[in-house]
Amino acid sequence: MTTFFNEMMTGGGVRPPYAQLQDWVNQMPADLRNLKQAEAEALFRRIGITFAVYGEGGDPDRLIPFDMFPRVFSAQEWFRLERGIKQRARALNAFLADVYDRGEIVRAGRIPARLVYLNEAYEKAVAGIRPPKGVYSHIVGVDLVRTGPDEFYVLEDNCRTPSGVSYMLENREIMMRMFPDLFRQNRIQPVEAYPELLRRTLASVAPDGCAGDPVIAILTPGHYNSAYYEHSFLADMMGVELVEGQDLFVEGKHVWMRTTQGPKRVDVIYRRIDDAFLDPLCFRPDSMLGVPGLMDVYRSGRVAICSAPGAGVADDKAVYTYVPEMVRFYLGEDPILQNVPTWQCAKADDLGHVLDNLADLVVKEVHGSGGYGMLVGPKSTREQIETFRAKIMADPDNYIAQPTLALSTVPSFVEEGVAPRHVDLRPYCLVGERIELVPGGLTRVALREGSLVVNSSQGGGVKDTWVLAE
Amino acid sequence: MRLTVDHVTSYHYDHPVRLVVQSHRLTPTTCQNQSVLDWSVQVSDGIEGGGFRDGAGDWVQAWTVRGPVSRIDVTVRGTVETHDASGILRGNREIIPVTAWLDETAPTRPDAALRDLAAAGTGADALALAHDLSARVAGAIAYRPGVTHAHTTAAEALALGEGVCQDQAHALIALARLRDLPARYVSGYLFADAEGAPHEAAHAWAEIWIDELGWIGFDPANRCCPDERYIRLGCGADARAAAPIRGIARGVTHEVMEIAVAVAATQQ
Repeated sequence: MTTFFNEMMTGGGVRPPYAQLQDWVNQMPADLRNLKQAEAEALFRRIGITFAVYGEGGDPDRLIPFDMFPRVFSAQEWFRLERGIKQRARALNAFLADVYDRGEIVRAGRIPARLVYLNEAYEKAVAGIRPPKGVYSHIVGVDLVRTGPDEFYVLEDNCRTPSGVSYMLENREIMMRMFPDLFRQNRIQPVEAYPELLRRTLASVAPDGCAGDPVIAILTPGHYNSAYYEHSFLADMMGVELVEGQDLFVEGKHVWMRTTQGPKRVDVIYRRIDDAFLDPLCFRPDSMLGVPGLMDVYRSGRVAICSAPGAGVADDKAVYTYVPEMVRFYLGEDPILQNVPTWQCAKADDLGHVLDNLADLVVKEVHGSGGYGMLVGPKSTREQIETFRAKIMADPDNYIAQPTLALSTVPSFVEEGVAPRHVDLRPYCLVGERIELVPGGLTRVALREGSLVVNSSQGGGVKDTWVLAE
Repeated sequence: MRLTVDHVTSYHYDHPVRLVVQSHRLTPTTCQNQSVLDWSVQVSDGIEGGGFRDGAGDWVQAWTVRGPVSRIDVTVRGTVETHDASGILRGNREIIPVTAWLDETAPTRPDAALRDLAAAGTGADALALAHDLSARVAGAIAYRPGVTHAHTTAAEALALGEGVCQDQAHALIALARLRDLPARYVSGYLFADAEGAPHEAAHAWAEIWIDELGWIGFDPANRCCPDERYIRLGCGADARAAAPIRGIARGVTHEVMEIAVAVAATQQ
């Protein structure tokens, strides 16, 4: 029987960061709890934060369940996480700058050439092009899980356009509104600075020759996109324009935005659309979402695109196994955060091990995301395992496998009261001229009893995440 | 050889169009195989955009036309001094690693027939194999204009047994990559004298990477390697990626394109 690390309760009693919450939850009558839960849901509905789960059908305006029980880190715990996350964000950016230039890490034999250069996310179109300030991934979402008091593992990196930060901000906002006393009793570090830090980060990578305050725009695929709420939320919070492809055009050497006062030059584009749709002239010719000619403006150094096209080659699940190597190679440091041991089915030895141990492993598609197309061995029937075995054998290169981790739990409000549920954590690291990390992130919680899958598409919810001041 | 190029591409629209955006690979490669004496690219009513050298060493130049216009002419004129280097591309500065040219794109995606043809290739070494593959393409896809179109794939052209230089180049790229030889599509110009084989003056061929030698051009259409009759413009994974002109116009209902190319040898 696996034992799971409970972040609040240990054999010795309540862990210090949760001390105040113990009284809070003990003193809360059940009817008040139900009332508050209903209030929270009403607040989320009113502000309109919903998450249409891609490919699941049903109610597109479904709320992600919000669990009111916060997840808490001490200042010391966070200090180590922060150093580890920033270290990883620096290494990932160094890797991108390298593989789109001389590729020293490949030449040194530290990562296979084919894994990088034949990767679907590698973009020939940006090789030899240095983006402003040499930054490729401006918002790095590092997905972390915990298995013990000091044991944290990076599950995956998100170097393109990690979503969910609006939940981090809204969860906090709603908790403060509903439980102001909690925020008086606990010294909780604020996360509200995130939009301003994001704006400064984006402004810091404006191209050379951009005079005055850079004009920043968020490029969204439109309101049918599942994360549209977040796009408009961030635009509002930062005071920048939210645009769709048709609102922008290229003329001469620059990108312009249509406004009621005439065309306005755009210097920095925070895009929330995939590479393939950015520019029909360079990528998919049938894309209606992008801006024709955008890539030529970018490549001639007159607009910044965040994240840089091609940044995805750093967060591929097969490349992931080499991130600790990147930390050593580029930074000359030991990795502070550990990777989950990963078997690559593309390697014959690894494949053999994976096929022999499917019942104990988690198997993922190399390019998959959102908890789709994965096998959680211990939670699967023999039939599901055999179906998946056939899929792996048909295309081994497309799969990696990891041990089933004993994910930590945090108390959560459930039907029968308060019970431990498994969690993960996605902090959002900002990389511009400086590297910034707000103390917090998005905690996702698997609300189904025993479930280890925290994805919102698979019954996951969210929690407010506290980092206590010293 | 001193070659002069006179190349006009005209786009006619049945309704006036606005905001035409083009991306050009219309500047001869900076390499030892050729040197530019004079060269100009003009776009009627065009505004010059940004220009840059890409990872393959090509000069890419952006243009926009605000419009409304019913016609756009792209006029290329220039003179280039060419040298025969036995098909080897020399002195081109590129950053994209050779491995990246093993990738597969839609028009070069192999089918069973391409796999069979690739497997049949023989050669004592990689260079001999590349020559053999090029000859096999020339044998399997006869030059015949009009039977294929811009989006025909290598597999389709092989099934037809006929095609133009684009189809032959795509097929050769597919075969080379199947034999683990990095390969790419090259666009440029070809001068042919009166006795020359049928050809297109706006031409395309393939380059195959041979360790120790570098990138070597193979032109299945003319069963040879590029020599002093060839001017190299740019390259890409396939015809679309290497296209001398890529463009998009808003509000286009119908577009007709005319191309007039003359490549002549001049007295030195």
